[in-house]
Amino acid sequence: MSNVAIRVEHLSKAYRIAHQTSRSRYHTLRDDVTNALRAPLRRWHAPAAERQQPSELFYALDDVSFDVHEGEVVGIIGRNGAGKSTLLKILSRITEPTRGRAEIYGRVGSLLEVGTGFHPELTGRENIFLSGAVLGMTRAEVQRKFDEIVAFAEVEKFLDTPAKHYSSGMYVRLGFAVAAHLEPEILLVDEVLAVGDINFRRKSLGKMHAVSRSGRTVFFVSHDMSSIRQLCQRVLWLDAGKLKMQGTAEETTLRYEAANLATAQASDGHFARAPQPARDFYIEWVELRDREGKPRAQYRFGEPMEIVFALRGQAPQDGYTVEWVLFNERGNRISFGAANPVRDVYFNRGDNRISCRLESLPLTTGSYHFYLSVRVWGLARWDEWEDQVAFRILLCDPYNSGFDIPAGPGGDFVLAQQWSVIRA
Amino acid sequence: MRDLSHADAKSAAPLRRPRLIIEPTRGWARLNLRELWLYRDLLWLLALRDVQLRYKQTVLGIAWVILQPLVAAGIFAVIFGAFAKLPSDGTPYLLFVFCGLLPWNLFAGAVQRAGNSLVGSANLISKVYFPRLIIPLASVFAVLIDLGVALGVMALLMIVYQVPVTAQILALPFFLALALIAALGISLWLTGLNVYYRDFMYALPFLMQVWLYASPVAYAAALVPEQWRALYNLNPLVACIEGFRWALLGRGAVTFETVALASVSAFGFFISGVLVFRRIERGFADVL
Repeated sequence: MSNVAIRVEHLSKAYRIAHQTSRSRYHTLRDDVTNALRAPLRRWHAPAAERQQPSELFYALDDVSFDVHEGEVVGIIGRNGAGKSTLLKILSRITEPTRGRAEIYGRVGSLLEVGTGFHPELTGRENIFLSGAVLGMTRAEVQRKFDEIVAFAEVEKFLDTPAKHYSSGMYVRLGFAVAAHLEPEILLVDEVLAVGDINFRRKSLGKMHAVSRSGRTVFFVSHDMSSIRQLCQRVLWLDAGKLKMQGTAEETTLRYEAANLATAQASDGHFARAPQPARDFYIEWVELRDREGKPRAQYRFGEPMEIVFALRGQAPQDGYTVEWVLFNERGNRISFGAANPVRDVYFNRGDNRISCRLESLPLTTGSYHFYLSVRVWGLARWDEWEDQVAFRILLCDPYNSGFDIPAGPGGDFVLAQQWSVIRA
Repeated sequence: MRDLSHADAKSAAPLRRPRLIIEPTRGWARLNLRELWLYRDLLWLLALRDVQLRYKQTVLGIAWVILQPLVAAGIFAVIFGAFAKLPSDGTPYLLFVFCGLLPWNLFAGAVQRAGNSLVGSANLISKVYFPRLIIPLASVFAVLIDLGVALGVMALLMIVYQVPVTAQILALPFFLALALIAALGISLWLTGLNVYYRDFMYALPFLMQVWLYASPVAYAAALVPEQWRALYNLNPLVACIEGFRWALLGRGAVTFETVALASVSAFGFFISGVLVFRRIERGFADVL
């Protein structure tokens, strides 16, 4: 058995949530200005008042224990708010735990963001040194790896251009390049591979592979199940701040996806959502309906399906759109639809019931789920709902041949096909 | 045999690797100087960034650093020297005030920049670990560049007014260090509290205004009535400003008593500032 690189024991992190009042964490400009005009000194007494307000503890991380061994690549999965980022923040010492402890053996590099420490006014060269120093490298170290970093990022020609003139792709490449050359013994990574174009993603995945092959430990948070399966040997699944399961990447991700879909199977086509007090305009429920207009969560290849959205509240603005992204069982996005800009349909205030008809489902046998959002294209996103609205394709035998095409080996969808022999 | 030695090397590894323990801290944290030293490159680069950004973003650039104290000194010289006819120990009033503005601007600039530095670096603080003290420290050091420019102007003024340089100038670094320590102490108090109560920054200009007149920038310290002198000298800037005048212009009287009192209060601000900062820095990432 190899050595322990990270040992986490009963780690908890609690946040105190003050019940929403005017004096919350967020200060509005108006509040500040009026207070400043009234009496700057009065505000100094605020903390006492704040302490008396009703507040409750929210556990972002609740009694989590695990070990990571040297040279392991460990993935962390879980829904938004499950505690993944909090865990990374504690391990990279950005925030302190409320209880418990963690022991880390080796130099830690954390990569919670691409381009940490970058400033748009500074040139690429200046930013490399600054970002390197922020991530914990000495100037001599950056100097030594400078050419390598520049080559990896492919920004040779723009080294003396201020970063504000960089394309977003260049910015991301440079940021990742600096971090990738950190050479820590333990690398903590948060979702950074989700950015950049396809070539860059491949390159950065390759770099992570190389890092793990060189015997270093990688701790990797992601929503993308396929990169988790590609990279990680072991996966920790966090749910509501607790460690729900740990095991091999394959087993844990499959169980995770199955759990996400479980709600879907039970609901039988009607998906009700918890109230969203923080949102003015949101999806209240969604129904997947069959040809007869009855809610249903199980379909066959080729059947039509209607997605009905019930929206609650008042849209802040006219001309909005509703969109969906379809994911397969393995968490890969396979299709996209939107009232606009895909179709030229715009919704206005007061339109609170929306329908999207799908002519026929060309999908293979398996489970699928939607990511849904309500937004003004390119401007605002008012609501998002993921992982919950799901359905199954029970049978995919488009030509009644008796062969059921399964998701996975059979791909995600079936192209119409005519076969024949060409006789010379 | 080979295998055995290999196993030994492996089991010994954790001893050689750095071991980091993450636990909730309780009570007052120590100042970790070793860690600050490890991050010295970051301190230097952040200070450099502050300076670079200032000169990249302003049209007037260096000219601004020269004009601002000159104009301020001119105004004080006209009002207090020409109109009110306050005594200036026989020095031309403009020179007298400009010399007083050197440590004052260092102090005020440092406090102002450091006070906002943490909130301005929220993005950094919530994404990566480094000793948080680096941020206010870096912004204080950036102000030293301004002082360098202002000292150049002072040298020119001294040539114009034909003030001879004496051996007393050797005391300048001491008074400079005293002003820096006081500025750092006050900055650390303000910068930490400003994270939790953003309104501290609204009170700051007011505080600085009061402090300016509580320091002998525009007038000579000798004007302060004797019975108030002990209280007045608790302001570390009194000794700094009088010290600058004594070192550069050879005027004014700096007693041992004044300097000792100023040192005690400057270090008092500094040590308590570091303690308070270390105490509340744990929560920065959660609040910012």
